[in-house]
Amino acid sequence: MMPKKILTVDDSKTMRDMLLATLRRAGYEVIQAEHGEDGLAKLEANGADVIITDINMPVMDGISFIKACRKRQAYAATPILTLTTESSEEKKAEGRAAGATGWIVKPFNPEKLLRVVEKVCP
Amino acid sequence: MDDLAEFKQTYFQECDELLADLEVQLTALQEGQQDDEVLHAAFRAIHSIKGGAGAFGFERLVSFAHVLETVLDAMREHKLQPDAANLAILIRANDVLADLVSAAQGAAQPPASLESEVLAALHELAGGQAEQDDAPDEFDFTPVAATLDAEEPAAAPLNAPPTRAVAIHFAPQPSMFRRANEPLLLLRELKELGTLQVVANVDKLPHLEEIEADGAYLEWRITLTTAAPRAAIDEIFEFVIDDCDLKILDESTSANDPAPPSVAAPAPANAASAAAQVAPPAIDLNEPSAIPTEPGSRAARAPQDKLAPATIRVDLERIDRLVNMVGELVITQAMISEQASRLSVDQHAALLHGVETLDLQMRELQENVMAIRAQPVKSVFSRMTRLVRELSAALGKEARLVITGEQTEVDKTVIEELADPLTHMIRNSMDHGLEPANERLAAGKPAEGVIHLAAEHRSGRIVISVGDDGRGINRPKVLQKAVEKGLVPPDAKPSDDEIDNMILLPGFSTADQVSNVSGRGVGMDVVLRKIQNMGGRVGIASTPGQGSHITLTLPLTLAVLDGMIVRVGHENYIVPITSIVESLKPRPEDTHRIAGGGEVLSIRGDYIVIVPLAELLSTPGARSNSSDGLVVVVETGANGRIGLIVDELVGQQQVVIKSLEANYCRVEGIAGATILGNGMVAMILDVDGIRTMALERHGAARPLVTARAGELRQ
Repeated sequence: MMPKKILTVDDSKTMRDMLLATLRRAGYEVIQAEHGEDGLAKLEANGADVIITDINMPVMDGISFIKACRKRQAYAATPILTLTTESSEEKKAEGRAAGATGWIVKPFNPEKLLRVVEKVCP
Repeated sequence: MDDLAEFKQTYFQECDELLADLEVQLTALQEGQQDDEVLHAAFRAIHSIKGGAGAFGFERLVSFAHVLETVLDAMREHKLQPDAANLAILIRANDVLADLVSAAQGAAQPPASLESEVLAALHELAGGQAEQDDAPDEFDFTPVAATLDAEEPAAAPLNAPPTRAVAIHFAPQPSMFRRANEPLLLLRELKELGTLQVVANVDKLPHLEEIEADGAYLEWRITLTTAAPRAAIDEIFEFVIDDCDLKILDESTSANDPAPPSVAAPAPANAASAAAQVAPPAIDLNEPSAIPTEPGSRAARAPQDKLAPATIRVDLERIDRLVNMVGELVITQAMISEQASRLSVDQHAALLHGVETLDLQMRELQENVMAIRAQPVKSVFSRMTRLVRELSAALGKEARLVITGEQTEVDKTVIEELADPLTHMIRNSMDHGLEPANERLAAGKPAEGVIHLAAEHRSGRIVISVGDDGRGINRPKVLQKAVEKGLVPPDAKPSDDEIDNMILLPGFSTADQVSNVSGRGVGMDVVLRKIQNMGGRVGIASTPGQGSHITLTLPLTLAVLDGMIVRVGHENYIVPITSIVESLKPRPEDTHRIAGGGEVLSIRGDYIVIVPLAELLSTPGARSNSSDGLVVVVETGANGRIGLIVDELVGQQQVVIKSLEANYCRVEGIAGATILGNGMVAMILDVDGIRTMALERHGAARPLVTARAGELRQ
């Protein structure tokens, strides 16, 4: 079985590395991007089964990125998870309004991250 | 192994960058550049620091960053003005933040008093906002290693509910599909909690041609037999709760759970009853073939593959070895080129072509290898902002640091060596250079002093300067001190330049009292020695009442340069190409003797000093006369041009710099040595040093220490 591909979009290298390590060890293929625009380019080039994106990023933030994904036919039905530091309803709602499938509250522990990914991974 | 340890290094590196960025943004804000992007960037920096800190459990850092973040959030939403007073607090907060990051790395904990003082100020700024969302930050993180082959995380609390049947009615709305939530996956999740009986209601399913791709036509009635707590069931529907009609009837909780998470929008009134009446197709999810979710799927995915990050960290030592190897290769390549150049082009066309290609590739290889070690000076410059701030507070002087050229790239080995000299020079400027505000005002200057820190590339070297608009070097006092300390004879009549340079003499310190800022018994001589050790020079310019300017000129890399080989008598010397302006054969009528024994050459109306290299470097067998030699005109830093008298221009070659000091000793006028293509050792000229030597010889007529370059040849 082909491993599922996960695109992670975060401007923080620490966060990218942690996502990478956790997801790789769980058998996912991981593609990294540093911001929304980078994410769209990586998506064009590699595709993805699940997308995990930060919200606060330079160049193109997570919300614009999610909206851009949803506008593309190919990714209209791809699960997108947002990384939010605050578990506040406001932040979750912001992501949901743009079309996010769900959210992961930072800081996450590896098990919780995998549980959420598993939950939405087709 | 601590699963998180491997990321800590990355995190701290990132913190250094983020703190430097934050410093830049705050400075920009302070200078009135108050656009939203600056505020956003500052917010992001703090946000990222906080995010990582949370992951590693640095609680103190997290809670401080959180408050700081709240304040910046209020600013970017224009609820709070980034005015001078507020920014002053933010800048202090930035320092505390940096201290807390250091503390997390194992440095001493910063004094709690400063932290709580700044924290109180921040809280005040944040006003009501911080209180609101201060506490409920859900840092439910505990550093746990990922044990992926384990069972579901301890989902069995002590008072686990009994096994029971939970009735669920689940009717998705179209919005659920627009967010890419898949009902089948939710059923799959539910199935992991126990046994599942699912009945689909297809009543609302329209005729095929009327179906819209993202329409919601199905409803499910689910009976889940499980021992899992209600929270586990709720968690499964966490993402879709607002995008569906959901009713969960759980015997174990319904009695004392008056408001189950349900019904975001009113469901069609008779949907449930209709579903019950019509005999619908049933799917038994316990049948393995029905849904492809084998319970062990998570464990099955646990892989063998290793971590392969996009960047790797390499020992500097390995890179140094690589740089050295490339250096040796360059020499070997030069030897091959030299041999090849004697071959006939007709007979060896392919070989010569190959040698030419090798030459190009060699250069490219070398540039790339050097680029590995190149870094912008920003990393060391940004540290100086804080230094200036702390010194202004300590000395009671108003000062502002202006930085230019912080993106200038230079070899990492050079950058590392820069921090100490820069710190020392800035301390000097703040302590001795800048006057107190009242004195400045009396002199008609703005109360706030300016320290200018700049970097630029100039003729293949990096020039770093620290300038101030203070009182300038107090020459009478410097001379007096130098005489007192026996550094110069009492009857000496040194020039202004020479007096300025006395501050570079070992053991020199002009502060009346040793302050705790700069006078620590070591002085500018330490800076000078350090810079000279790197093959650099220190220049001092000062104007009384207007300030002083100290310039460090350093090689960009400590490894390679493009050189012109010139012959002087029996010796070959290398002149750095970047410093050569032109070469010419002077007409006798253009050269003039001047008082003091020197010689000048007029070029297109300008006069430049010409230097007989053979005489200066005691090289035998040369024509030291300007009229039968060639003159190579070179640019010497900021000091203007001089002409070097040589016998012949031999050719151009890339040379690998070998330190003379490491293998022999420092020699005036010589920057280093190299091995030429023919295997001979040649000295690389330090044109600034040559100029100084020549001026000393003809000006002050002092005894000169010159070493015969030829002595080194083995």
